[in-house]
Amino acid sequence: MASTRDIRRRIKSVKSTAQITKAMQLVAAAKMKKAQDQAANGRPYAELLNKVLVSLKDCVEEGVHPYFSEGKGDKTLVLVIAADKGLCGALNTNLLKKLVSTQIEGEVDYVTIGKKAVQGITRLRRNLIADFPIKDPAKFAEVRVVGRFIQEKFRSGEYKKALVVFNNFINTVTVTPTVEQILPVNPVTLGGKRNFGHAIETPSTAAGSEYTFEPDAATVFESVLPQYVNDTIFQMVLESRASEHSSRMVAMKNATDNAKQMVKDLSLEYNKLRQAAITNELLEITTAKMALE
Amino acid sequence: MPLKLEIVTPEARIFSDDVDTVVLPGFEGEMGVLPSHAPLVTTLKPGELRYTKGGKTTEMAVGEGLVEVTGTTTRVLTDMAIHADAIDEQAVEEAIARAHKSLADLKPGEQQEEVAAVMAMIQRSTAQLHLKRKRRTL
Repeated sequence: MASTRDIRRRIKSVKSTAQITKAMQLVAAAKMKKAQDQAANGRPYAELLNKVLVSLKDCVEEGVHPYFSEGKGDKTLVLVIAADKGLCGALNTNLLKKLVSTQIEGEVDYVTIGKKAVQGITRLRRNLIADFPIKDPAKFAEVRVVGRFIQEKFRSGEYKKALVVFNNFINTVTVTPTVEQILPVNPVTLGGKRNFGHAIETPSTAAGSEYTFEPDAATVFESVLPQYVNDTIFQMVLESRASEHSSRMVAMKNATDNAKQMVKDLSLEYNKLRQAAITNELLEITTAKMALE
Repeated sequence: MPLKLEIVTPEARIFSDDVDTVVLPGFEGEMGVLPSHAPLVTTLKPGELRYTKGGKTTEMAVGEGLVEVTGTTTRVLTDMAIHADAIDEQAVEEAIARAHKSLADLKPGEQQEEVAAVMAMIQRSTAQLHLKRKRRTL
């Protein structure tokens, strides 16, 4: 049985932990708001660009642009986007679990964004070829470097395709680890809603009649596709960041709640002990008095 | 038959509504789009985009991007789209001056990406300026 002093000490330590988690929760909540807005604002552009390109893919002949068909090699390039820091619940663990459970044929090379991704890939003893540190909040210029790297690798013909593993932000409490193919161009889901259903319909009216390209298909795609890859990766980074801050906020909120509950339980125990001690003392006094009479 | 115009930039969905006609700066010069236009895909050049809805014409300055035209929709994906009224001429002039300065500061040969980004920035700003000046002389 712990003494009252031990319990008092524990209450004090749990209280200060609660204060820290509460502060972290507030910081995460502020960052979350920004990250969520940024992710939500970028989504329409990324989605529409993806829709347009996917619908165009069926309208052009094969080989008009290398990004529309699989590369010659048989290796796969995987970009893993994870958080830089922990303390955000099972976010990074779930992402790595998803990565491990995804079956990829042939040899796989990894590119990472975020410290937790590097750690995970190293621990899994996978072949890591590059790591890009991206600050928070993410800047497009930084992410463009990653996009260019992936495109260079894909164009070298060494790789069959390029995948991205990232945390798709759905809402504050729901985050889904997602694997999407970025090259060759493929329908990509951002923010959880796969609203390609109606999107594919619209272009199909035009699919019968061929698209005219001005000046020609190759030139149009050459200017648009690299931009598309960079932008999509940027959007995925934004989704990951929104997921990270949301998960951290939720995790910290849970921690704070748990700490508060613990303080409550401990206080109860402490009071019981104190009461028991008082009762004991009273008992002793009365017995002593009775013995004297 | 209405023509649906969608203008989207990485920051936000700028415009999405039915319009009567659209005139936009395509790769091979200014291009008018009416409902039932033949399916077309082209790149967008920095310049001026006009759309008419119910006899009222609205002008916008746009940046580089992609245009997809189908019979019923026109989708404009661009890195900039600003309504003519929202253009702050002085701020734009300052931005151009800043861009020219940073262009001069950059070392040649190095940072081609940066140069390209600054050039695009100048083109975008110039497009805004042209639109604003034109409206004043009218």
